[in-house]
Amino acid sequence: MPVFRDLFRSKSRYATVKPAQGEPDASRTASPERVDPPARHKEVPDGLWAKCPGCSGLLYQRELARNLQVCARCGHHFHVGAVERLTQLLDDLETFEEWDTDLRTVNPLGFPGYEEKLARMQAQTGLREAVLTGLGRLDGHPLAVGVLDFSFFSGSMGSVVGEKLARLFERAAERVVPVVVVSGGGGGARMQEGILSLMQMAKTSQAVEQFGRSGRPYISVLTNPTMGGVYASFASLGDYILAEPGALIGFAGPRIVERTIRQSLPSGFQTSEFALKNGMVDMIVERKDLRPTLARILRLHRA
Amino acid sequence: MVNSVFEWERPLIELENRIKELQAFTADKGIDFSDELATLERKAERLRAEIFSSLSPWQRVQLARHPRRPTTLDYIGMICTDFVELSGDRCVRDDEAMVGGIGMLDGIPVTIIGPQKGRDTKENIRRNFGLPHPEGYRKALRLMHQAEKFGRPIVSLIDVVGAFPGIEAEQRGQGVAIAENIRQMSFLRVPIVCVITGEGGSGGALAIGVGDRVLMMENAWYSVISPEMCAEILWKDTARAPDAAAVLKIGAQDLLALGVIDEVIPEPLGGAHRDRELAAQRLKEAVVRHLRELMPLSGDELVSRRLEKYRRMGSLAQETDERLQAVAEHPHD
Repeated sequence: MPVFRDLFRSKSRYATVKPAQGEPDASRTASPERVDPPARHKEVPDGLWAKCPGCSGLLYQRELARNLQVCARCGHHFHVGAVERLTQLLDDLETFEEWDTDLRTVNPLGFPGYEEKLARMQAQTGLREAVLTGLGRLDGHPLAVGVLDFSFFSGSMGSVVGEKLARLFERAAERVVPVVVVSGGGGGARMQEGILSLMQMAKTSQAVEQFGRSGRPYISVLTNPTMGGVYASFASLGDYILAEPGALIGFAGPRIVERTIRQSLPSGFQTSEFALKNGMVDMIVERKDLRPTLARILRLHRA
Repeated sequence: MVNSVFEWERPLIELENRIKELQAFTADKGIDFSDELATLERKAERLRAEIFSSLSPWQRVQLARHPRRPTTLDYIGMICTDFVELSGDRCVRDDEAMVGGIGMLDGIPVTIIGPQKGRDTKENIRRNFGLPHPEGYRKALRLMHQAEKFGRPIVSLIDVVGAFPGIEAEQRGQGVAIAENIRQMSFLRVPIVCVITGEGGSGGALAIGVGDRVLMMENAWYSVISPEMCAEILWKDTARAPDAAAVLKIGAQDLLALGVIDEVIPEPLGGAHRDRELAAQRLKEAVVRHLRELMPLSGDELVSRRLEKYRRMGSLAQETDERLQAVAEHPHD
């Protein structure tokens, strides 16, 4: 498909290929750098420097944080943790009122190793689950905000994530405030909770629709990666859908697609740019422009 | 035929073949083998009970994938009359991996939709092995909206490995199509009865699987991920799919216990393919019974009960009293 290869040439800075370790077929996927491990602080032992998967340049961590976790040289958007994302977006993290901090994940299927992995994730990230939800302010606008954290179980949705998001939409409807959800879940629905994770897709989609009847907007922000059950439910259902540049967005994982059709994938497949071209998102917004763009949309919704 | 026999049922199949041969021989030559036949029949019955009464989760997955298992159109042909098949999503094309239409079910005009697997290689190619593209899901959604317009109940027969993972499918928004179906199906103001008849593969199944009642054939499976993929993720070995099938709790009884489905429809001993008519009859009985329960309800009532049903799904704990809450949310565990 030469058509696609040419299509994204100008954007190649987001799709530079760096084969991930231990994945023999990684060099054939669209851009494996987009599924790199989120623990960027561990890429360089002393934590002072990070290597950019986009341009292989060494970046000073403090510099990177100041630049909203975007490589100043090539524009590669690094993963952003939920707390850091809230810091970037909200007027003042101090006034953020977090919701449903008492919900705890259980192991409904008795899935082997799930509790251990959860405990490990919690220790590593300091988070209880893969989503933070609550009430905050953006450019003065009160809003209900949810942020998925890729570093926690790849930002996948199990019962607690589904429940917290459903409650987010319900409370937003009660308070008649807009909703912003920043998605970033490579795992989609969480395998360890089996069919119950799948049902969260129904629960969250229904919550979105019911919230919609309040007349307030829901803005869905897709970050790298937004796939599977997260993409095929609430993340796709925003009144406005924004995507960060170079994010992996789609339903089926690129390796599954490649194996099924037995062809190598066109470059740029399932990127934000691909989604924009195909009419699946409203716009691509660089991270530095995300807050002002959200503010502008919210302003246009002022009652 | 060889590939439709599983290793674990081979002794039975061989015995059944011998009985058939002996019967043919009797008819041919007029020699009376009735004593021998009776003995063999008794033996076959014992063997059937032995093999089929304690199927493992993986054996059920194999039965759900049996090449002679009734497909959606097979069931439609057996359970309803006056079926009129309808085509197309009015946008891109007609996806033959998803079928749908209107028909009469025990005196009730209904809309029936469902993914359609091929019954042979040629048909499988035409139907993309029953793996729908976004336009297939949009076709189903179009027919469901039509059902709502005319106040017709919806029957969704689900047998799908998953939504097709392909380039065009992604271009045309597979994820968006699934999300839209889930959202819109949830708010349709007519009764919806879904039946997982064979395979219930993740989002591709849920996209036509939101209903007032969700039923499941005894040997069907319904899961967030296929056993093969789960095995690959967990153990980097698809050969361990049987272990994954057990771990994932994807069988009808498991899902009933988890509160995800409402009823298990018993299959003929050894699977639906062993007596297709009987399987269809039981499916029809269950669907009609649920439809008749739902039909007196108003659109408002249907939607609010449906939302309530899904709102409760999931299993979690609250820190204040973790154990109590966990039990409340998840009574069967």
